[in-house]
Amino acid sequence: MGKYILKRFGAAIFTIFVAATITFFIMNLVPGDPFMSEKAHSETVLQALNEKYGLDKPLIVQYKNYLVNLLKGDFGVSFKLQKNREIKDMIMESFPISAKLGAWGILFAILCGIPLGCIAAFKRNKWADNIIRVLSTMGISIPGFVVATTSMILLAVKLKWLPTSGLKEPTSYILPIFTLSFYPMCYIARLMRSSMLEAFSQDYVRTARAKGMSNFIITFKHALRNSLIPIITYLGPLVGYVLTGSFVVEQVFNIPGLGRYFVKAISNRDYMVIMGTTIFLAAFIILMNLVCDLLYKLVDPRIKLGDE
Amino acid sequence: MNKKRIKRASAMLLVLVFLLITALTGCGKKDTDDNNNNTGNNNGNNNGNNNGNDAEEGFAIDLNVGPEPETLDPTMNTAVDGATYINHIFEGLMKIDSKGEIVSGVADNYKISDDGLVYTFTIRDDAKWSDGKDLTADAFVYSWQRLVDPETASDYNYMVDAVKNANEIMAGTVDKSELGVKAVDPKTFEVTLNVATPYFLEICAFPATYPLREDILTANPDTWTQDSSTYIGNGPYVLDSWTHQSMIVMKQNPNYYGVADLGPDTINFHLIEDQNTILASFENGEILFGDNLPSEEIDRMKDNGLNIVGQLGTYFYCVNVEDEVMKDAKVRRALALAIDRSYLVESVAKGGQQPADTFVATGLSDVEAATEFHEVAKKWYSVDPADYDKNVEEAKQLLVDAGYPDGKGLPSIELMINPGHEAIAEAVIYMWKEKLGINSTISSQDWAVFIDTRKNGEYQISRHGWLADYNDPISFLDMWVSDGGNNDAQYTNPEYDALIAKVKSSADREERITAMHQAEDLLAADMPIIPIYFYTDLYLISDKLEGFYSSPLGYKYFMYTSVKE
Repeated sequence: MGKYILKRFGAAIFTIFVAATITFFIMNLVPGDPFMSEKAHSETVLQALNEKYGLDKPLIVQYKNYLVNLLKGDFGVSFKLQKNREIKDMIMESFPISAKLGAWGILFAILCGIPLGCIAAFKRNKWADNIIRVLSTMGISIPGFVVATTSMILLAVKLKWLPTSGLKEPTSYILPIFTLSFYPMCYIARLMRSSMLEAFSQDYVRTARAKGMSNFIITFKHALRNSLIPIITYLGPLVGYVLTGSFVVEQVFNIPGLGRYFVKAISNRDYMVIMGTTIFLAAFIILMNLVCDLLYKLVDPRIKLGDE
Repeated sequence: MNKKRIKRASAMLLVLVFLLITALTGCGKKDTDDNNNNTGNNNGNNNGNNNGNDAEEGFAIDLNVGPEPETLDPTMNTAVDGATYINHIFEGLMKIDSKGEIVSGVADNYKISDDGLVYTFTIRDDAKWSDGKDLTADAFVYSWQRLVDPETASDYNYMVDAVKNANEIMAGTVDKSELGVKAVDPKTFEVTLNVATPYFLEICAFPATYPLREDILTANPDTWTQDSSTYIGNGPYVLDSWTHQSMIVMKQNPNYYGVADLGPDTINFHLIEDQNTILASFENGEILFGDNLPSEEIDRMKDNGLNIVGQLGTYFYCVNVEDEVMKDAKVRRALALAIDRSYLVESVAKGGQQPADTFVATGLSDVEAATEFHEVAKKWYSVDPADYDKNVEEAKQLLVDAGYPDGKGLPSIELMINPGHEAIAEAVIYMWKEKLGINSTISSQDWAVFIDTRKNGEYQISRHGWLADYNDPISFLDMWVSDGGNNDAQYTNPEYDALIAKVKSSADREERITAMHQAEDLLAADMPIIPIYFYTDLYLISDKLEGFYSSPLGYKYFMYTSVKE
């Protein structure tokens, strides 16, 4: 077990290294630089800026310097978005906010999505199923920014029930969490429905019926547990992405989370922020996969890890 | 088999619950802290709905003037919203008052030598920093030297290029200590110029020239703006807190000499980026001022708080004069004439813009301060809708003269824009096709790529925009000198360069203005640019907010505001 963890840990470091390397060179290949603006810089200003941030050195030297600093725990400073601010501080400050919203979002998506999917399967081709199918199809096809803006206009501007932006009071969490969870909730409901319908055609369900069990018991006791597997497969990566923040939700509801940095750093060519957020996201997802695999082994000892 | 799958499913659910619990509980404390901070920041936030503690701290206003600023360092800032924050925290030798006039700031009075080359400012006796220390002339010497120091790499170092030795220091050939500024005594600051500069007092009201604390900046060179304990200013307000991407909170500076006249005790600047969110927050009453709104909402908001004021800026298309097709001035002029600017501003842009018939924007003074430079300027073409057909006829004739009758033989033109400028571009290429038979396409590039491509001259026609830095037409015209850093049109005309050099070396107002009119006439003849409209500044303001004013550069001033119930 110890050997396995060590091996996986080594592989994780290697994966992060590869991700960092690819990101570093691709981002430098793309035209533009962090200092461009409508008004041109003079040559001396540009030269001073490049010197200050070490961009005057050959790319390979910049890469080496970055890795050396990274090993010392130094993620560098922002060149543009929050000039001279430590990337570490930016991530430490914004990640908990994104993670909290994301966690509530996933919880909401599961708690609503699974029952909706079950009801749709249980009431197949009845009016309840039709309503849920229409709702979930809409949820998957409507882009996030439309859900965000529409819910904001309706609930905040027209009805004035909720605040429009920020995270000042508990009610200000409602709209962002709803927007964040709407798509996964609908997706889970659809997955759950089809997975449950498949379970209904299995032999053990037929046996249960033959034994005279009620539909309710069959659905929620026997079929449900087996139908959860595709949901869980979907939830794995979802947790990773949602906890690290959503650009649309954070932009529309003005939430100071990590998700905005992913997109803004790229469009502003804020190199160190691009690197910092990419490495953080990669490390987070890899860590989650590792935790999942280890928990597998704890729950089911028959599962072999590595070369065991 | 089923049992195994169920166990796997249970394992995954466990993982999920574990992660969710970690995230929810792990962030709980941090969030409580955040909330506490926010509650602290937002005292008196609700315009009158204050609780007991808030009432003690007086009234607060909630506003938006922009998203998260890049920096609050007066030397490094280039943004209009950044300047607004800085204007509340700092004060220069001069300042802009509610009438838009340049008046004394921390300089009690000033003397100008007869030759206009030496300015002597006397600093107010009661001028202090927000930590209570005396403000002395050294602070200006330090900040001005820092501004021109090549190592600082300030974008706005050229604002003081009229000061003796500034250009040499910026080029790295002379040490910054040689700059023509000195502290004659603790309260007297003297500036020596290379050439008399009529707009110099305006420069002294520009954020890049504000005083700075050498002791603090030396100890925290890159991080001094990030913490309220080191962000020490001399203006009416102090930074109370800065929650990144969320809110900047300012409170009155008790050490400011004019503290008794100030309005709000607390100003909450909401850092909102999304235009729809700004509008929604404004309509919901969460902010009393919003500095942006979606263009499609302009019509609806015209009677609901939208204000449109002039701005010293021009929106135009820049033509690459080195391009094989575009090098013919007749073609460039034909393209300019075929644009119906009245239609563009009324039906497409819809922001109250004024159709541009010259390059230098409206709002800048001519020889007589009361007359506008634009009024006197020779117009490049008529923008009267009644004259549009005549313009088109002239454009057609120009195309015939250029060898492209009815646009025949002219290769397809590519108009390069960055996202957000599609509507105007589509209307323009339609006009070119409809009126002149010229085929053209739009290429939209991501902002960073767009700037790079335009700067490298790898385009035919490109969207462009220019905002003046100060109230003098040279701020526009300087752009098109040969090899100038902003000359994206690659335009070269020795006669033009000579005129601009004459403007820069002359102290005689009439001579300068005349030379600038001549220079603009040369631009009109060569047409390296196609002016579209003069910018306007659009903002949403609640009718409850009184005492607000803004400057033609777009800076907003809230220090003397009050809220009418």
